[in-house]
Amino acid sequence: MPETLPNAGNSPSDANALSVAVCGLLGNPFALDVAFVAEPGITILFGPSGSGKTTLLNCVAGLAAPAAGRISAGERVLFDSTRQIDVPVARRGIGYVFQDLALFPHLSVGANVEYGLGSLAAAERRSRSQSLLESFHISHLRERKPGDISGGERQRVALARALVTDPCVLLLDEPLSGLDAPTRSHLLRDLHAWNDARRIPVLYVTHMREEVFALGERVLVLQAGRLLAHGSPYEVLEKPRHEAIAEFAGIENRFDGTVVALHEAQGTLTCRLTEAEEGRMVELEIPLAHRHPGMPVRVAIRAGDIMLATMPPQGISARNVLPGRLISLGRMDTTVIAQVDCGVRFEVHLTPAAEKALELRPGREVWLVIKTHSCHILRSGS
Amino acid sequence: MNGNALLLTIRLAGIVAAVLLIAGLPIAYWIAFSRRRWKFLVEAIVALPLVLPPTVLGFYLLVALGSRSPVGRWWMSLTGHTLAFTFEGLVIGSIIYSLPFAVQPFAASFAAVDPALLAASATLGVGRWKTFFRVVLPLSLPGVITGLALSFAHTLGEFGVVLMIGGNIPSVTKTVSIDIYDLVQAGEYGSANRAALLLLAISFVTLSLIYALNRRVGAVWPFK
Repeated sequence: MPETLPNAGNSPSDANALSVAVCGLLGNPFALDVAFVAEPGITILFGPSGSGKTTLLNCVAGLAAPAAGRISAGERVLFDSTRQIDVPVARRGIGYVFQDLALFPHLSVGANVEYGLGSLAAAERRSRSQSLLESFHISHLRERKPGDISGGERQRVALARALVTDPCVLLLDEPLSGLDAPTRSHLLRDLHAWNDARRIPVLYVTHMREEVFALGERVLVLQAGRLLAHGSPYEVLEKPRHEAIAEFAGIENRFDGTVVALHEAQGTLTCRLTEAEEGRMVELEIPLAHRHPGMPVRVAIRAGDIMLATMPPQGISARNVLPGRLISLGRMDTTVIAQVDCGVRFEVHLTPAAEKALELRPGREVWLVIKTHSCHILRSGS
Repeated sequence: MNGNALLLTIRLAGIVAAVLLIAGLPIAYWIAFSRRRWKFLVEAIVALPLVLPPTVLGFYLLVALGSRSPVGRWWMSLTGHTLAFTFEGLVIGSIIYSLPFAVQPFAASFAAVDPALLAASATLGVGRWKTFFRVVLPLSLPGVITGLALSFAHTLGEFGVVLMIGGNIPSVTKTVSIDIYDLVQAGEYGSANRAALLLLAISFVTLSLIYALNRRVGAVWPFK
């Protein structure tokens, strides 16, 4: 287990913070080994599928048993292997929105939301569920069954059901997967509004980059059951320092290179890409790192950070201008994906309007413009 | 046709189905959700009456309930007569004989409930007992009704076990199926036919109800 707990936020530990340290699982060979503190507010758990995100949520909820570790919410210890504490799921007071929502199909929306309020009087149940239904804009669906409402409405019901019991921690397992973009952003807005009012720790699992930026105050990156990186979304994903993060954070261009020159006064270094085809030399000026000439370096460049010009650009600050030829144009949603051969293959993302204005055709001669600070140096492994 | 025999048969089937509903639910719950390694043994024991000849089951029950067994002696000290050749003995035999017809559809429908719903119920602070009545049972209703109807219909038509432990005492242990046997032995084919037709009709209606309840595309067996 790590010796220090990475504190996912910058503020000092809050009285309501969720503290998690788990190592191994009972009856499961998965090598989970994670420790962190989640302050009130949204903490994103980000990672590829199979990295242990859902398993980690299940440990917090009590649905999976860590072999060793300690989990506490504020003062309350939920699990402690050394003191033989393992609070049963039903008494942990943790809200959980499952990936497939798990709404009770035989109960109406209202009965689903009131399900966890069994011990209260009927009038109290009604008023509490009504206030939650209203904050998620679904009070008109109270009498409907989960099977008769839309996917976005079901997500809202699941959120309302998990929150109506006033949980001390909220766990969200890809709650927005399968929703279209407008529905997603409306739900995120409502969730943000609710969270601003309550301030409890929210663990939010996702594998979508856009969600990390839309939501996250901080992000924990998980890979193969271990914490790979943590910090603000910008620190972790925009300037990835690990090959694995660059890969699943969707950084399209990753190259091997060799350092050829250091420019310490400028804070940059020049590297030559080793994948270039015979007879062509491709050099990039990238941020300075602790490298000596001749050492290998791995560089990542986001396809959206590369500019494409149809004439040799002049009088610009960017240090890298690479001539090349457009190989192909593809399209995904509203992104035009251009493949450009500059000796090595670059992927460049453009808007449809830019494609039209530049009259791009495969075979056309183009120039790629890349700022030094758009080039990120990766460490491989962990 | 013997009206007493029909009343007796329906009373027997009704009691057996009711007892199996109450006794079968916990057994089925355990089979559906237990993770014990020796669970298969319990499943095999429950399923035994499906494959055992009724005479074998009846023979062992006769021995177990007779005046020379501990159970038989205990019952005798309690009531003054043995269990064998009584209506009570018939009820016990029929419960064991129809056990798999209730437990298997119950267990199959419990196991078909999405485990995520049970996890969701737990995270909402609801314990297992309440979760059973609020989530598992309502979602398993077709399976529970199927088990109830199958055990009722199966008890209606049983013959071997009844003959072995009940004998053939009018108004006490003489069921319709035994009556039909008697009528055929006596050469009264007309009466036998009427009784047989009645059992056929009741069985057909019961099974039609079960299939209608579990109507699914491609269903070939009323169990889930």
